[in-house]
Amino acid sequence: MSLKLPIYMDHAATTPCDPRAVEAMLPYFTEKYGNSGSRNHRFGWEAEAGVDEAREQAALLIGASEKEIIFTSGSTESNNIAIKGAAYMYEKAPAGSKNRGHIITCTIEHKAVLDPVKRLVKEGFDATFLETARDGIVTAEMIKGALRPDTILVTIMWANNEIGTINEIREIGALCKERGVIFHTDATQWVGKMPTNVDADNIDLLSWSGHKIYGPKGIGALYVRRHRPRVRLQALQDGGGQERGFRSGTLNIPGIVGFGKACEIARLEMESDAIRLGRLRKKLETEVCRQLDTCAVNGHAERRLPHIANISFGFVEGEGLMMAVKNIACSSGSACTSASLEPSYVLKGIGVGDDLAHSSLRLSLGKWTTEEQVDYTISEVVKAVKKLREMSPLYDMHKEGIDLSKVEWAHH
Amino acid sequence: MAYGPKIIDHYENPRNVGNFGSGEQMKASKSIGVGLVGAPECGDVMQLCIKVNEQTGKIEDAKFKTFGCGSAIASSSLATEWLKGRTLDEGMALRNTQIVEELSLPPVKIHCSVLAEDAIKSAIADYKRKNGMPVEDHDHDHAGTH
Repeated sequence: MSLKLPIYMDHAATTPCDPRAVEAMLPYFTEKYGNSGSRNHRFGWEAEAGVDEAREQAALLIGASEKEIIFTSGSTESNNIAIKGAAYMYEKAPAGSKNRGHIITCTIEHKAVLDPVKRLVKEGFDATFLETARDGIVTAEMIKGALRPDTILVTIMWANNEIGTINEIREIGALCKERGVIFHTDATQWVGKMPTNVDADNIDLLSWSGHKIYGPKGIGALYVRRHRPRVRLQALQDGGGQERGFRSGTLNIPGIVGFGKACEIARLEMESDAIRLGRLRKKLETEVCRQLDTCAVNGHAERRLPHIANISFGFVEGEGLMMAVKNIACSSGSACTSASLEPSYVLKGIGVGDDLAHSSLRLSLGKWTTEEQVDYTISEVVKAVKKLREMSPLYDMHKEGIDLSKVEWAHH
Repeated sequence: MAYGPKIIDHYENPRNVGNFGSGEQMKASKSIGVGLVGAPECGDVMQLCIKVNEQTGKIEDAKFKTFGCGSAIASSSLATEWLKGRTLDEGMALRNTQIVEELSLPPVKIHCSVLAEDAIKSAIADYKRKNGMPVEDHDHDHAGTH
């Protein structure tokens, strides 16, 4: 059987849109093209009906009520609304002053969390950027140690986009609830893949995106808790007051309908997908590490998402490795930074040395990944690393028993 | 990164990969010069080995091993091709800009050609030191930045 190349192994970056979601969207471009804000005619009503259904589908996926769902353009926007909106609403002192409130996050969050928090720091808020151990897990104990009387917000991702590790979200949420601190989680890699219940998991604010769960790009949602406690946010975008005033702007109705459909499909299919992909990912990691020496799976071995593998290879360089696996579409470090020569800040953040952080592959599987594709990926990766090691002076030195950390390198 | 066909060719079919024995063996041989430049944390390390014919004074063989990106591998592969058959002085005269031009290296990859020039100079200097020849200072008139 011949495989279609290249093979897509980058589902943590984005996923193909499920044809069932596309089909649900289509009428909303050309037939049901009304504005859901138009209250006086059928066009508006049918658009609104599509949005209402999608809101229910989204709410059902995370155990929320539909009134708690705000549609956005995706996780980056959801994170911005949640983090800045909560900080401005719960600030201890007004704009222009210092000590406006304390925020807790972690160094290996996505940039769409780190950068909003850094901006708030410039505006007079204070932040703690927690560092994880080598396993990449943020624990409730770590949060407990960082909480202060002036802490107003904790924002911790549910699962890491590069290494796939799963944080102690339910426990962190319980702690925040007990201390009366708002808890936001960027659940972009988690929701739609793993079971989520905002009540049982003690979440106040939760961000996710359509395009990571086989929905369209440019659409996502923010969950905003309405009871115990009722979370308030200061809106960042003013206008027509759509989405309960949290996010003004005409709704992206085809996107919302596709997003809703993707949420529904995810709810029904994620359990079997997770079991299948978990087995395939395990095979990928096990086989690659069995056939090659000096390689390491990054992040906790068990407490991780079923579909994301991140493996570092000693004595080969990342970009050279990417070129050698040209038939496998995957990412080295993070897709956002692969144009620069910097090693992944996430891998550095969990203490992976520069040498190994430079040469890691993130291979992320998806709903339509086959075992044959995984087998091919294993053989391509092994072949590529072997070829590059043949060429690597470092591998020779390693085999001759030279400790590379003790060599005096001629820096240029 | 989108590369030109010459880089891809050298990357996929690298010329003269290897060395002339173990590190110890090469150190012991007076006809061999070894240059090791770069650092693992910078993402490039090049090892360039030359074998010099004592009668003719010409570089009769050259081999490389490189840890690095496609451009680094291509630059060192090209360097070994160019060194073969040249005298030490001719080798010293090779410039990184020639490598940039031949491979059409993109601007962000110019440092790879600089490293290759350093590797050439360092291998020739190693040979000269072993054979009691005067070693001129490394001149650093490369185009581009370090």
